[in-house]
Amino acid sequence: MTRPRIVLAKPGLDGHDRGIKVVAMGLRDAGAEVIYLGLRMTPGQIAAAAAAEDADVVGISVLSGAHMALARELLARLREARIDAPVVVGGTIPPWDADALRRLGVSAVFPAGTPLPAVVAGVLRLAGSRAAVP
Amino acid sequence: MTGRSGPAGGSVGEPGVTTDSGIPVSPVYTAADVAGGPSALAARLGLPGEPPFTRGPYASMYRGQLWTMRQFAGYGSPEQTNARFRFLLGQGQTALSVAFDLPTQLGYDSDHELARAEVGRVGVAVDTADDMADLFAGLPLDKVSVNFTINATAPVILATYLVAAERQGVSPGQLTGTLQNDILKEFLARKAYVFPPGPSMRLAADVIEYASRALPRFNPISITGYHAREAGCDAVQELGLTMASAIAYCEELTGRGLAFDHFAPRLSFHFATTLDLFEEVAKLRAARRLWHRIATERFGAGVPAAARLRLFSGNSGTTLTAQQPLNNVIRSTIQCLGAVLGGAQSIHVMGYDEAFQIPSEEAVTLSLRTQQIIALETGVTRTADPLGGSFYVEHLTDDIESRASAILREIENNGGAVRALERGLPQKWITDAAYRAEQDLAAGHRPKVGVNIYATDDDPGQALTPAQPDPGAAERQITRTRQRKAGRDGRACARALRQLGQDAAGGRNVMPALVEAARAGATVGEMSDAFRQVFGEFREPAPW
Repeated sequence: MTRPRIVLAKPGLDGHDRGIKVVAMGLRDAGAEVIYLGLRMTPGQIAAAAAAEDADVVGISVLSGAHMALARELLARLREARIDAPVVVGGTIPPWDADALRRLGVSAVFPAGTPLPAVVAGVLRLAGSRAAVP
Repeated sequence: MTGRSGPAGGSVGEPGVTTDSGIPVSPVYTAADVAGGPSALAARLGLPGEPPFTRGPYASMYRGQLWTMRQFAGYGSPEQTNARFRFLLGQGQTALSVAFDLPTQLGYDSDHELARAEVGRVGVAVDTADDMADLFAGLPLDKVSVNFTINATAPVILATYLVAAERQGVSPGQLTGTLQNDILKEFLARKAYVFPPGPSMRLAADVIEYASRALPRFNPISITGYHAREAGCDAVQELGLTMASAIAYCEELTGRGLAFDHFAPRLSFHFATTLDLFEEVAKLRAARRLWHRIATERFGAGVPAAARLRLFSGNSGTTLTAQQPLNNVIRSTIQCLGAVLGGAQSIHVMGYDEAFQIPSEEAVTLSLRTQQIIALETGVTRTADPLGGSFYVEHLTDDIESRASAILREIENNGGAVRALERGLPQKWITDAAYRAEQDLAAGHRPKVGVNIYATDDDPGQALTPAQPDPGAAERQITRTRQRKAGRDGRACARALRQLGQDAAGGRNVMPALVEAARAGATVGEMSDAFRQVFGEFREPAPW
């Protein structure tokens, strides 16, 4: 079985990267291939990387409050590029925005405070279900 | 209630017999644990306000003057933040602390493509000196002390502030407050850098050098390990990293021929205060003694003020939880108390809702009330350094000082703060520690109430008041900046920006040209672009 490929990135200008790095390390230790793009990525750059890396899941982390606009734009860019990898969002996400993100098409939201094992299991489940689709 | 049983039930690891930084703790301390006996201790302590300042930078401490209550605030447009400032001052806050939005911190105007979605979010948008004037409209800058959390664009923002003060008829010599201006910790942890490390250090030093002449009552830098701590490292590493940064700035300045005694009295420091109460108090005491030693032994400080460490304490956001958010009020209260017992000069208390949003007005008010209750109702301000002489606290103070000195030596052995950063050494400490902390939390090795013990299924949202962002603020800000650019003397502005580029390239202090450019209506983005053209931009190498 091939290792799931997870593309992670910080979109926008926010520099809080403690959470996404911890998630990257957790996914790596759980056997995933993690491609962390780093800070200040535009949604277009993230979509391009998701295509180039054949991502099974695309994850972004936003702690600046700009998550709605950035997730909306990322989903649009992925659709344009015909990439069907599920998108997950982490960060300082208030409960009322978590629902709104799911309605936009985000597959899972991991707000600050989600235990690391739950994030890792959630991402790998999404990666696995995609891999199962012929 | 779906909580796991408590420590008595044995399902969550015992709190441990070390401090959070891993310093072993005995069941009890006696006089025998204080090295060298009473007379040696007296020499290590001094009196408050006297070298080596272990017991505090001022003789009367809080009897003479309470700490400054400085809640970090800023959102939306300058007018909106001005209203928040007035609200906070009306509630008894004693100074201001400006949060800028990310485009301002990174030198983009509000209409820049990369600024989209970020304008006015984590702070106020400031594009021009006009915006800065609006931010402080009706607030007398000769009387209000202002803190600016700004780093990569610190020289640019200072210039706009000087112009705003000038329009109020306030001279630079009257201004009090602090510019964060600590770029090293941006590369280390906070990540709001723009230019590469070399030119960034030069810009920070330009500000300090300029301020040492023109701004005698203003702190031109706040040297900090706070962000490294929040990103994962422990209290000892935080102290070591802070001192390593301080040494790097001082060497840059003395390398320019500036006398240490001339600039050092205006250096200020910034530490985190987290939940390990006695360790945090000991850390702040050790910080003052360590800085005194570095200032005198290494830099030959000749006046006491040049070796006297004054500090701002920021409570820790990473100790707060999304689960059961009202518990954070208790956590913040303990952290604020730690900062007071440690002798801080100014304090920020976190909002209980920070795991979810920029704090609501209700949460900010409660943070201020926390400070006021500790200041006015508990009596802890009656005497300086109330924990001085505690066998445990003195032992911890000595231990932390010596451990932080060892960290400092390790950084020095790796070429000093800038070189160690370029090699990625402290970044690795931080990332590894953050991962370990998360694993410990998940495994229950570190009890966290409401998270891995006494957890409930309650919806945390019920305890929150949504902050009310103004969706129209960004568009209005963009329109106003465009109007101001259209209304200025374009040729004078272009001339000032040209001069700025020349001074940046020619190695002259950039502050005079920046003030001219800000006066001529140049935007924060344009002034930052002048630097980008000369210095280029930094891109962080992949972490692994």
